[in-house]
Amino acid sequence: MSDEIILATPDNADSAIRRAFREDRAAVLATLVRQVGDLQLAEDAVQDAFMAAVVGWRRDGIPNRPGAWIAVASRNSAIDRLRRASAIADRTDRLAELMRIEAQVHQEVRGSATIFDDRLRLIFTCCHPALSLPARVALTLRTVAGLTTAEIARAFLVAEATMGKRIVRAKRKITDAKIPYQVPDRAELPLRVSGVLQVIYLVFNEGYSATAPDGRPRTELSGEAIRLARLIAELMPAEPEVLGLLALMLLLDARRLARVDAAGDYVGLEHQDRTLWNAGKIEEGLAHLEHALTSRSIGPYQVEAAIAALHTRSDGDDTAHWSAVASLYEGLRALAPSPVVEINLAAAVGRAYGAHEGLRLLGPLLNTPSLEGYQPLHATEAELRRQVGDIDSAARAYQKAIELSVNPVERAELERRLRRLLERIT
Amino acid sequence: MPQYMLLLYAEEAEAARGWEELPVWERVLGGLREAGILVSNSALYPTESATTVRVRSDQVEVTDGPFAMTKETLAGYFLISCAHLDEALKVAASIPLARYGSIEIRPLMSYEQRPVPGPSRADIR
Repeated sequence: MSDEIILATPDNADSAIRRAFREDRAAVLATLVRQVGDLQLAEDAVQDAFMAAVVGWRRDGIPNRPGAWIAVASRNSAIDRLRRASAIADRTDRLAELMRIEAQVHQEVRGSATIFDDRLRLIFTCCHPALSLPARVALTLRTVAGLTTAEIARAFLVAEATMGKRIVRAKRKITDAKIPYQVPDRAELPLRVSGVLQVIYLVFNEGYSATAPDGRPRTELSGEAIRLARLIAELMPAEPEVLGLLALMLLLDARRLARVDAAGDYVGLEHQDRTLWNAGKIEEGLAHLEHALTSRSIGPYQVEAAIAALHTRSDGDDTAHWSAVASLYEGLRALAPSPVVEINLAAAVGRAYGAHEGLRLLGPLLNTPSLEGYQPLHATEAELRRQVGDIDSAARAYQKAIELSVNPVERAELERRLRRLLERIT
Repeated sequence: MPQYMLLLYAEEAEAARGWEELPVWERVLGGLREAGILVSNSALYPTESATTVRVRSDQVEVTDGPFAMTKETLAGYFLISCAHLDEALKVAASIPLARYGSIEIRPLMSYEQRPVPGPSRADIR
């Protein structure tokens, strides 16, 4: 830590610490996990280092390479903690580990490739399929994104103690079942990458679809998801689906402000104020999508991004637009069939070729018992029934969709449409 | 080297398929033995021969039948030795029963790894 030092005021010291936290924490943690082989110990040590920085940088100035300072301080703290732990339990194992780290610290020539690998290892460990999906999400936000347990608990509307237990249990499973700290081999990689992307998209949607009791979007989660996708895109530039997901999230997020008006009401695509769209995000999203498509290895996220891209180019009300959207949903159905895709396809077909056509596609889904409680199915049915003039069925479908809505903005919008429908016939 | 217990679950009627596909099983078992991964393995008698033992308040309770009340029952096990969970997952997926049953993987716990009472470091935070 004999680096050259920049004189500090409390303010610039704090902002340097925040920057180091944002930019260097994940990499330092990832490397330390590999060296000590224990996620909890490594996290505690990195936290020690940042606490030391709060005192030290204010007093002594900001080191000229803050990331390196944090790395060294974290390692020293890990060694301290191991020394103390060695007095209590499995002394020989711990001491052997300690010697291994100290030897490594002296030998290791740190290329940036190793740091990249460490961060990828950390991501794949946190998103391991042997952990439950909620555990993967929580652990990724805690460990890779650096959110506190309290922040994650708030974002997912669960008690902090519950979230704490979920994270502790996940870490214990990693240790006990020996979930490896490694990038999966080539054969498993595609499946495991899609597992990681699933976690990120879930985080994004949790923020984007705004299921907070007050209906406000939890934008911090969408932002974290985009940040994670950027990191992974940087670490695995050859994976087009990573770029596809990044593009998709940017294109959706770009229209976020326009989706709800000043009164908090939902605004459909055709009525959205274009000046509220974030042009920078749209441009960045389109660039990532184009780049992904050059690899000629199409995947569901790229198709979804292409649909989102179409939406940013249309005024939302022309037949040509919706028939293009419908054919992309057909492509998506071939790649990754699911009821959600079928419903979206029916809605797009309804707008492109008439509500009767949409209803024809929706028919089999309406007879699927497992979809009985799926809100978007009933909301889509209601729209299509209304358009063909089947008022009674439309009202029933609206009612069902309203009952199933957990999102207050969505519910209010459906109630408005139902009211309008009933006003028209009385 | 860590050891994992692979518990092979299948519906009783399906589990009997193992004996019909004996050559397939022998090929998988032979490969694992040769690679030094397989410690031991065995099929289990059907659940009608199972007995569950519990001790409650120092009283030994013996009941007839398996512990789990699901359709799938424990049909056999592999005890394997490999570096980490991903390798154990690969072995599990290579077992023919994985196609129609479920395989539960349980890391073996040694005396040294037994849970120590009292809050752990992580619980305090």
